[in-house]
Amino acid sequence: MGELKLMKGNEAVAEAAIRAGCDGYFGYPITPQSEVMEYLMAEKPFERTGMVVLQAESEVAAINMLYGGAGTGKMVMTSSSSPGISLMQEGISYMAGAELPALIVNIVRGGPGLGTIQPSQADYFQAVKGGGHGDYKLLVLAPASVQEMCDHVKLGFDKAYQYRTPVMILSDGAIGQMMEKVVLFDQIPRRTDEEVIAQCPWASNGRPQTRNHNIITSLDLDPAGQERVNLKLQAKYKLMEQHEVLYEEIQCEDAEYLFVAFGLSARICQKAIDLARAKGIKVGLFRPITLFPFPVTEVSNVGNRVKGILVVEMNAGQMIEDVKLSVGCKVKIEHFGRFGGIIPSPDEVVRALEQKIIGG
Amino acid sequence: MTEEIIIAGFGGQGVLSMGKILAYSGVMQNKEVSWMPSYGPEMRGGTANVTVIISDERISSPILNSYDTAIILNQQSMDKFEKTVKPGGLLIYDPNGLTRFPERKDINIYSIEAADEAARQGLSKIFNMVVLGGFLKLKPLVAPEYIHKGLEKSLPARHHALIPENEKAIEIGKSLLKAVHLVQ
Repeated sequence: MGELKLMKGNEAVAEAAIRAGCDGYFGYPITPQSEVMEYLMAEKPFERTGMVVLQAESEVAAINMLYGGAGTGKMVMTSSSSPGISLMQEGISYMAGAELPALIVNIVRGGPGLGTIQPSQADYFQAVKGGGHGDYKLLVLAPASVQEMCDHVKLGFDKAYQYRTPVMILSDGAIGQMMEKVVLFDQIPRRTDEEVIAQCPWASNGRPQTRNHNIITSLDLDPAGQERVNLKLQAKYKLMEQHEVLYEEIQCEDAEYLFVAFGLSARICQKAIDLARAKGIKVGLFRPITLFPFPVTEVSNVGNRVKGILVVEMNAGQMIEDVKLSVGCKVKIEHFGRFGGIIPSPDEVVRALEQKIIGG
Repeated sequence: MTEEIIIAGFGGQGVLSMGKILAYSGVMQNKEVSWMPSYGPEMRGGTANVTVIISDERISSPILNSYDTAIILNQQSMDKFEKTVKPGGLLIYDPNGLTRFPERKDINIYSIEAADEAARQGLSKIFNMVVLGGFLKLKPLVAPEYIHKGLEKSLPARHHALIPENEKAIEIGKSLLKAVHLVQ
């Protein structure tokens, strides 16, 4: 078993990045995720593994540093919170277009605009439906615990390289700030230059006599060429839909009603299940872990066995669109949300189930 | 066993670190724990609180609106959290600086004059450990050897020489409790 620690979600992200063999972190401080870079600066991975940690002059600079680092095949990441992630959207779209592997962590806070620094899930659409321009997807992971914050960093890097795609961890201020027990995986050595070249034959890191230039770009002025790029991306997203879906079912076997929730909302729903079952209401939870690819078939299978579904999100109703598209229209599906940094309480969720689904 | 605790007071009273030491001690005893602080504007308003959950089972919501135990160290927190203690639950408060005392009849209420006693003994900086001692006397969730390990893990190495003093403060706290109201 790996090392056992009590850590904040943000700290777990930072430590996991070091241990995953990350080559570089580029970021700009913003609450509620500032502990990521604070931890890295205190931990000095440049002395431990040689990993670079750099405070950029802005989020726009940070995401373009990521583009540059990823273009050489280096394992790079950034983290920010909602307004900062909005600033990064152009760069994220360029990285998707240029097929660059990288990890982007969004510790979501309430919006729109500068909003608040309290937790929210209102960036679901931005993360899952493409916050930048063009037909692209990110593989989006939604951790619900500090342990998953750690594990998803490793998983995110693995998938980023497997598919040559930017991967996003979509978390929130509460999971970033709270401490839980975490078992850390052992240090994975950073790759040597030879290993990077072998793993990333596409990377632009010095041309040997044996091959032509590798060019990292998202630009192809020939429409036929650009269509080929798009077809290649779409084929890649199709593969992710077939192979990368992750989800969790909790107390669904005998469920007559179902919560669907991700991240922190899923934790609150687990408590709501206990409260509801104590009243004799048989309710279960379906928790998507990958938001793209969305567990379409899986949520449909469970959803079509129950009498009604309550989608619980810390937003005005975003993931519910994917739940409705997946489950179809034979089952009643309603939404319960709190916004702007308010976290719903477990008994509020039970009341919403009773009013909107059971009594409604 | 699941114990859901809110610790609330002023920033600087060591509310968050008391929660952290309790949580880390729980980890050392192989319990599931979560530690969820107030942060941001709440902290900047001068009050600080932390929800600590210690359990033998996987912890569901880290955010709650009712608690088995409330440890209350200032008036604002009394006004906010007295009503959130579950019926039959426990409320521990330090009367220092309070103007309105708890009134509920359906919960167990203890006072602990930790601030005054800590000042008398020159332990003001670890007043929070005195309070923790009072709590552990009533709810011995974590054994003393694991509290020791929790202190070792929570405190930076340069402060490890202060662990015996912290443990002394915990012992003092155990003798300071006064029952104010007990449910029959």
